[in-house]
Amino acid sequence: MAYKKQNKSQINTPIYDVGFKTAFGKGNKITKLSFVIFGLGNLLHKQILRGLLMLSLEIAYFYYMISFGFSSIKNFITLGSSVQEEVFNETKQIYEYVKGDNSMLCLLYGVITAILTVGIILLLETSVKSAYDTQKRLELSKQIPAFRDDLDSLLENNLHKTLLFMPVIGILCFTIVPLVFMILIAFTSYDKNHQPPGNLFDWVGFDNFVAMFSKGSTLANTFWPVLGWTVIWAISATFTCYILGMLLAMLINRKGTRLKAFWRFLFVTSVAVPQFVSLLTMRTIFNANGPFNAILRNIGILGSTESIPFFTDPTLAKITIIIINIWIGVPFTMLTTTGILQNIPKDLYEAAKVDGANAFVTFFKITLPYMLFVTTPTLITTFVGNINNFNVIYLLSGGGPQSLEFYYAGKTDLLVTWLYKLTITNKDYNIGSIIGIIVFVILATLSLLTYRHSGSYKDEEAFQ
Amino acid sequence: MKKKTSVTVRQFVSNSIVHVFLSVLGLVWVLPIFFVILTSFRKEGGTYKSYILPRGYTLDNYKNLFSQTNSLTFSRWFTNTLIVAIFTCLLSAFFVLSVSYAMSRLRFKLRKKYMRIAMILGMFPGFMSMIAVYYILKGLGFLEAGPLKLVALVMVYSGGAGLGFYIAKGFFDTIPKTIDEAAFIDGATKWDVFCKITIPLSKPIIAITLLTSFMGPWIDYIFAKVILGQDRKYYTIAIGLWSMLEKEFIEYYYTQFFAGCVLISIPIAIIFLITQRFYVEGVSGAVKG
Repeated sequence: MAYKKQNKSQINTPIYDVGFKTAFGKGNKITKLSFVIFGLGNLLHKQILRGLLMLSLEIAYFYYMISFGFSSIKNFITLGSSVQEEVFNETKQIYEYVKGDNSMLCLLYGVITAILTVGIILLLETSVKSAYDTQKRLELSKQIPAFRDDLDSLLENNLHKTLLFMPVIGILCFTIVPLVFMILIAFTSYDKNHQPPGNLFDWVGFDNFVAMFSKGSTLANTFWPVLGWTVIWAISATFTCYILGMLLAMLINRKGTRLKAFWRFLFVTSVAVPQFVSLLTMRTIFNANGPFNAILRNIGILGSTESIPFFTDPTLAKITIIIINIWIGVPFTMLTTTGILQNIPKDLYEAAKVDGANAFVTFFKITLPYMLFVTTPTLITTFVGNINNFNVIYLLSGGGPQSLEFYYAGKTDLLVTWLYKLTITNKDYNIGSIIGIIVFVILATLSLLTYRHSGSYKDEEAFQ
Repeated sequence: MKKKTSVTVRQFVSNSIVHVFLSVLGLVWVLPIFFVILTSFRKEGGTYKSYILPRGYTLDNYKNLFSQTNSLTFSRWFTNTLIVAIFTCLLSAFFVLSVSYAMSRLRFKLRKKYMRIAMILGMFPGFMSMIAVYYILKGLGFLEAGPLKLVALVMVYSGGAGLGFYIAKGFFDTIPKTIDEAAFIDGATKWDVFCKITIPLSKPIIAITLLTSFMGPWIDYIFAKVILGQDRKYYTIAIGLWSMLEKEFIEYYYTQFFAGCVLISIPIAIIFLITQRFYVEGVSGAVKG
């Protein structure tokens, strides 16, 4: 039984798992013809269903292309030519709208057609390879897998295809197609003055990038300060939470501290509250008339009508946000570092004590280096997360206070919240898309630099 | 002898300082939470008061949340979010587990490539693609009716789930391969191994995948806002509560907002406290390899 199963699973492994070029070059006539008629090699050699499946996919693709695809590619290049117009209808004596092209849809369908085309090219390769495999099997007079074997293999050697099919479709529809679409928009004039269907937009090449980086333009004057604040924010948010959280964990871990579990629980409760709740609460607490100012007024530090402008003064708003973020982030670091801190070998500390090092030196010479060594990957993820930290900024200050020098950005806007405002509120999609690309470039460089050096990347199989 | 007492005195002093310091910090961390709870029971309506402790206490804020006469329907939002959350967590747990297993145990040509692409895609700001997603959904006709919008929300939340496989993959990696091999010798297919061996052994990671994806819809603000737009009836909790603080509602709904916050926080806090162990392991476990 065991032997039989083993044998069966072998049927489907291609005996000649070669690249497309060799398959096409070395294949016989039928294999070469499979380049044009998909599944021919299979159809002629009793693998009817497999061949039919490929052939029908090919036919479906060409049907799609002829009925819709070619025109969508043409529209993709022009992004539509006829504008929606008001035309006077003589017989009815009224103005009527004549439907024009919609550049947005042209672009979207173009992307979808392109992705389908990539799919058909992959199918083409499969067709030739599969034909070559069958050809070789015939030459060596080996068993040719029947359709049943193909199906069985989906639970065995090709299990990855079964498992990945649905998730990949999901990623394709909701991540890749939208992403390609948005990247393409960076090269068009899709802004608030070019809103389809009333107006068309067009390809503009790198004009948007030029506008973004040319000196003196409002966009550049907005971009650099926002980028600067994003970097300052990401660095300070990451490191304040990291260091302070670690110190808190050490304070609780200390030998003399009683009620360790109680302290931990106290701080963890604030993490357990959903983030938007704690952020919105913090926003009301630090509101001009909120409880914090009320306390100060009651104590007499502030006059009865005075208030500290926590979110309306640009500099103070930035400081407030970073401090509130400490409130939110520190317990989380405490939670994650407690275990690692306990793993630091005790003899290191004892040796330091013998040498007469004080607490300050031990922290910077032993604890911090050790922690950095272990938690660098997490630190990177946190940093990336902070660059993209939409929630904290948007729910706390909403990017405000508004600034007239900036292009629809406030003084505390990060690149991502600016992106949100540009696309959702102002419909300047092309500029929003550029910002997205820039954020991506920053993050990609960062991650590539660090992940490549991390042990978990290099040594993935160490565990197995 | 004298030296010894001075050491204990010093220890006592430093211990006291630490405890006082921790108490102050603890107060800072807990006070906002108390503020939320107190305000949720506050009798006086309106928004900000010149005092902190409420003058009177009432349960009306909670009762009003569930009364149907409101123009903001909390119970409706709650059901919406619950439905979306249940479907999202089932679908995305299925996606995550399939992908993680494939990445961890199966060896195929595109494996490394898939992992690299997943990493790259993870670096784009999540909602950069939102506009396109919005138009795709609109094109497919999902934004015409309210209930369909909720379906759209489920698809958006779980669509990208196949990219977040790192933690579950890390878990599968730690299950010894010898178990699988033993099963293969007994004639099991890889599918059998996945269903009958790996899944039963992975209950903790299944639980955490289910719970994290279940929590997503309760917390997400951005996607829900874009997809649901002005359709108040179909709001999820997060944007619903947010809308209570909008200028036109805040005067009347301020205390109810906090009552809603308390109600939402309790289940989520419980889920978090249950799963926190795994978060910690996920963070410290990622570097073990």
